[in-house]
Amino acid sequence: MGAHPAEHAAPAILSEVRPAVLPRAILVENHRDFHWITEKICGIVEGQTPVWWWWCFGIAGIVASFTVAGLTYLVATGVGVWGHANPVNWAWDIVNFVFWIGIGHAGTLISAILCLLRQKWRTSINRASEAMTIFAVVCAAIFPVFHVGRIWFSITPGWLFPFPNSNAIWQNFRSPLEWDVFAVSTYGTVSVLFWYIGLIPDLGTLRDRFTAAGKLIRARIYGFFAMGWRGSNRQWSNYEMAYLILAGIATPLVLSVHTIVSFDFAISLIPGWHTTIFPPYFVAGAIFSGFGMVMTLMLPLRAVFRLEDLITQYHIDCMCKITLATGTMVGYAYSMEFFIAWYGANPYEGFAFVNRAFGHYAWAYWIMIGCNVITPQFFWFKAVRENTTLVWCLAIMVNVGMWFERFVIIVTSLARDFLPSSWGYYSPTVVEIFTFFGTFGVFSFLFLLFIRFVPIMPMSEVKSVIPLADPHGSPKH
Amino acid sequence: MKETYGLIATFDTTPRFYSACEKVRDAGYSQWDALTPFPIHGLDAAMGVRRSKVPRFSLAGGITGFVTGMSFIWWASAYEYALVVGGKPYFSPMYAFPVAYELTILFTAFATIIGMFLLNGLPMHYHPVLKAPQFVRATDDRFYIVIEARDPKFDAARTRALLEQSGGKDIAELEE
Repeated sequence: MGAHPAEHAAPAILSEVRPAVLPRAILVENHRDFHWITEKICGIVEGQTPVWWWWCFGIAGIVASFTVAGLTYLVATGVGVWGHANPVNWAWDIVNFVFWIGIGHAGTLISAILCLLRQKWRTSINRASEAMTIFAVVCAAIFPVFHVGRIWFSITPGWLFPFPNSNAIWQNFRSPLEWDVFAVSTYGTVSVLFWYIGLIPDLGTLRDRFTAAGKLIRARIYGFFAMGWRGSNRQWSNYEMAYLILAGIATPLVLSVHTIVSFDFAISLIPGWHTTIFPPYFVAGAIFSGFGMVMTLMLPLRAVFRLEDLITQYHIDCMCKITLATGTMVGYAYSMEFFIAWYGANPYEGFAFVNRAFGHYAWAYWIMIGCNVITPQFFWFKAVRENTTLVWCLAIMVNVGMWFERFVIIVTSLARDFLPSSWGYYSPTVVEIFTFFGTFGVFSFLFLLFIRFVPIMPMSEVKSVIPLADPHGSPKH
Repeated sequence: MKETYGLIATFDTTPRFYSACEKVRDAGYSQWDALTPFPIHGLDAAMGVRRSKVPRFSLAGGITGFVTGMSFIWWASAYEYALVVGGKPYFSPMYAFPVAYELTILFTAFATIIGMFLLNGLPMHYHPVLKAPQFVRATDDRFYIVIEARDPKFDAARTRALLEQSGGKDIAELEE
């Protein structure tokens, strides 16, 4: 996209040297035009519901019922149905919470940070990743809300949200847990708003197509949410500015959310938690796990809906490289934690780390190292990145590894605290296993509804990155 | 007989559409608009559209959010029920900061979206261009220029000639 030649005088050096031609990455293969993109993406929403969709939807519903059953039993009985007991009073609930909220972070990275960095390849995976963010936050929110037992207490008497208790005392705003309530609820709300704003032009497209096809009920429904969008440039001007500002505030938001999640641990005095590396380490881990999930979702979608022209090998390469970079940062954080535990010369801290690697939970630690440090290193190789099945398998390993990372951090530190007399070993109960297993169903259930009823790619954004969109004509295509 | 809302012209390539917008701008029209399926880089300048005012809403929202967070925590922990926690002062901006920070972002997001909706006049489920038969392609792959009849320079014949000269096709009248 060239700047106006009249606005910028050419640098003098250009008369002496010929600039090298750097080909831009092709973001939409096979010279597809605007109409092809519309047909392709709208076709998914407008066409018949595929048989596989019903199967997946049914299975997702059955899996989700495990969460419903687990939570119903919890509310009816009490939080004692979870396996928490001294000294491990935080376990799977917060492990699962951090796991899911971390997954959401890649969606915001793609939609906000890559938008600010003008990474145009984000356009075709942006919508689905943001949907992933919202559904991951839904799954994450289940755990803090239900860990209070009587969930209605989360609002009043204010076990989560700021309302005074029965003695009229307010929350302790010095607590990172209270900060977390604000961080996560803001994150969920802003993610939904950002996603919806991105959807408005595409909902307008669906409205117009359903109107033209005479399907007036669906035209009304999509039209209601499209708010009367008509793609006028005076609207686009405000829209683009609003989108840019939302990207600008979502960026510090996403960094703050996992920073505050890490404060839940870092601000305590437990060996293995009380470290200053936690905020950046958690943010890198969150993006790492999120990209694992993005690839887990996008690669099957690409194959099922034949989206190879829109999610190209270049997109997969970019995602693999970000996974590699963040995975390596996580590996660096693991080794730096160990180094500081030794260098800090605090016997409790040193013991906590040796115990992680060689104690009762060593199996979890080495699963974590294997999945998070070794797995991403395969992405150095082009042959691996071009093998979609292998990339998908490695992405699954990343998901597994990041769950174990949270398990290792949380459970090993608590199970072996200062006094050997209070040491213990934690195992989850059936209720916890059911509840966590079911969240994958909840997530899939929501995601399947998304791919059925919402355009899975932002058509207007994808159209704007193809060569035909260049108002000055593109000489190369 | 319904009143005329304006003239609509169709364009099928981005460069031709872009230069047509520049011509309409240079002809001195003010009540006109360009319909595009995606935001075109630099079209604001080609149309003479000023920089968006959405950031003013965002700034107001952000300041409101920060002040709300700080003052709420001060009110709850130092005024409404002052309670000593850990022997520390009732209020300090340090511990109130994370919540105020999140509320800054939350309020900015809402203000930005409300600002965008207000400035764009959304929701607006009725608009003359929405019922034009060719509009289905405005959100798909065609570009349109609409010049409104209320523009002081509007003249059915001359405006039509301008749109034709700029490369517009299928020029038609839009009903109010």
